[in-house]
Amino acid sequence: MSKLVVKNGRVVDPSQELDRVCDVGIEDDVILEIEDGISTVGCEQFDASGLVVAPGFIDMHVHLREPGFEHAETIETGSRAAAAGGFTSICCMPNTEPVNDKPTVTSYIIDRARRSAIVNVYPIGAITKNSAGKELSAIASMKQAGIVAISDDGKPVMNARVLRRAMEFAQALNIPLIQHCEDLDLSAGGLMHEGLESTRLGLRGIPRTSEDVMVARDILLAELTGARYHVAHVSSKNSVEMVAFAKRRGLPVTCEATPHHFALCDSEMRPYDSNFKMKPPLRERCDLEAITQGIVHGVIDAIATDHAPHPGDEKMQEFERCPFGIIGLETALGLGLERLYHSDKIDISRLISLFSKKPAEILSLDRGTLRVGAAADITIFDLERDWTYDVNRSPSKSRNTPFHRHKFRGGPVATIVAGQIVWRLEA
Amino acid sequence: MRRGLLDIESLTRPEIEAILARSKDFQPAPREPFKRFESLRGQTIVNLFFEASTRTRTSFEIAAKRLGADLISITASGSSVSKGESLVDTLNTLGAMRPDAIVMRHSASGAPHFLSRYLPVPIVNAGDGTHEHPTQALLDALTIRDRLGTLENLRVAIIGDIAHSRVARSNIFLLSKFGVHVVLCGPASLLPREMGQLAPAIELTTDMEEAIRNADVIMMLRVQLERQHEPGFATNEYFQFFGLRPEHIELAKPNLIVMHPGPINRGREISSEVADSQRSVILNQVENGVAIRMAVLERVLTQ
Repeated sequence: MSKLVVKNGRVVDPSQELDRVCDVGIEDDVILEIEDGISTVGCEQFDASGLVVAPGFIDMHVHLREPGFEHAETIETGSRAAAAGGFTSICCMPNTEPVNDKPTVTSYIIDRARRSAIVNVYPIGAITKNSAGKELSAIASMKQAGIVAISDDGKPVMNARVLRRAMEFAQALNIPLIQHCEDLDLSAGGLMHEGLESTRLGLRGIPRTSEDVMVARDILLAELTGARYHVAHVSSKNSVEMVAFAKRRGLPVTCEATPHHFALCDSEMRPYDSNFKMKPPLRERCDLEAITQGIVHGVIDAIATDHAPHPGDEKMQEFERCPFGIIGLETALGLGLERLYHSDKIDISRLISLFSKKPAEILSLDRGTLRVGAAADITIFDLERDWTYDVNRSPSKSRNTPFHRHKFRGGPVATIVAGQIVWRLEA
Repeated sequence: MRRGLLDIESLTRPEIEAILARSKDFQPAPREPFKRFESLRGQTIVNLFFEASTRTRTSFEIAAKRLGADLISITASGSSVSKGESLVDTLNTLGAMRPDAIVMRHSASGAPHFLSRYLPVPIVNAGDGTHEHPTQALLDALTIRDRLGTLENLRVAIIGDIAHSRVARSNIFLLSKFGVHVVLCGPASLLPREMGQLAPAIELTTDMEEAIRNADVIMMLRVQLERQHEPGFATNEYFQFFGLRPEHIELAKPNLIVMHPGPINRGREISSEVADSQRSVILNQVENGVAIRMAVLERVLTQ
């Protein structure tokens, strides 16, 4: 029996509307008590004075690249980057090689995670075989093997009939269907957001309409099927409005936003620098503001990073040849603090909820809470410390980020998974 | 570190004026043999063309040689590029041989900008994708000034595939710095609204007669079928609506000049009668290309 006491932190847990300075007692891998002045006799202790103690953060959208692309990231290195960013659970998208479209792949990922990951890893299964958008994958048996959602992330399901069938499965199995919303015909050949910047740079554009038409179609299919439908990385103002519309209709529709979509817009891109190239692309100021307001008003349920590692040689090419995506696990909390908390958009409890309680609800995970008896996954961070992100010290295998050398105010200090301190800030 | 020439957008009007002024020294007097210049004696320039080009490549070659520089021309086919070498590796390899400048054309927008962040050698952009073609805009400005005396307050109509044209972008950026009223005209699908926001005083129209009315200069653009991901217009009706024909000339100012960056497609965007008429300055543009590129190379290599 091992005991850990987190002393004197400001414990903020939106799941029980808790916000006070006290101690958190942990026994083995569960929360034992939340009280004042817990005895530390015979216990390991962590002094959290001046720090925020929150339910462990959950990133419901990451790419871990294993199996198949271990030169870009592995389950181990991705989990280490997650821990360094304050995340205690991560959900990995199925676009590996092979694609996670059958239970053997799901089991492989879960087994690899058990051996090598330092945070919890929840696989997301493919909607269609090989994410080709044609035939449904083995959704029910992947659910038995441990997937928490289905998605063909990066390869939207273009065929509405196929998506309808998948939603019927998702509804029956009570798992969410996560869609990367992009009409591939409208976005064909696109490299960045279609607007003044793409015109100026002579780069082919990805119109926001390519996202909007998919969100609209999918909301109608969600209404038809009753499925829990989740929009990945919403980037366009119209999409935010349509999700709000779906919620007003009482549909089980949720969405996430990435930190880069509420932190950067297309005019802030360094021209032709592939560290600013991702899908959906950085959009315009009005979209960024709509996303921020969507977070403020609860239209956007969760913050997810879309952590997408690519090795340097793939990102060191002509802009049009570079793959889409940036890493994001270690900068997410810092960007959330900078753009949402320190700029007085939302309070700290709401920020924590976006990172923990809400993704746990969307995915029906028994996490995202510090209730007594819950898994002892805890994120400890501070609100004020000035620090500079140095991607060259990242545990991730990849370096593709626009936030290298970005100066942050506040960030992760320690990460506890199942009662073990798996990461702490070097003094 | 020496600066190359990557685009017109980032140049100031005085910088452009300086290049135009210097290029006058390099224009040959009629019926006189070419003067040789020695200002780049001992300098090595690599001409690196990843995309087919006859006039621009030759023009840079002649410009370099007339300044006394040593020049090596490389085209993508028959080089290590066709063996799968990355652009960065190709340029690093060439950079290790210590050329004094690299003149580069590439089909990817921004390729020279991307490389210039990693390479100490100055790069002259000879056309990047659908982005810019800075020396083309400079030689166009020189040609207009030769014929009309000034750029100020002119009305210049640019007609054709605006969306995919690097010539259009460079000209928009240059002309707008000189108070030109630019009219962009083409099929609606090749005329993005945002082009009108690139600079002040830009007008957009899909009506060719409206574009030409009272124009001092008409710049015709080549229909770039190779850059279309899908046909943005019906090719069989293009000439009817956007091809320049003799009857259009009446609508413009009396001293109108007609320009084209070449290569021209007779009967597709311009009729032979117009291309070969007294209005046409197409060959003057080609001739001025050498003078402009001499001025640009000298500026890049001796600044």
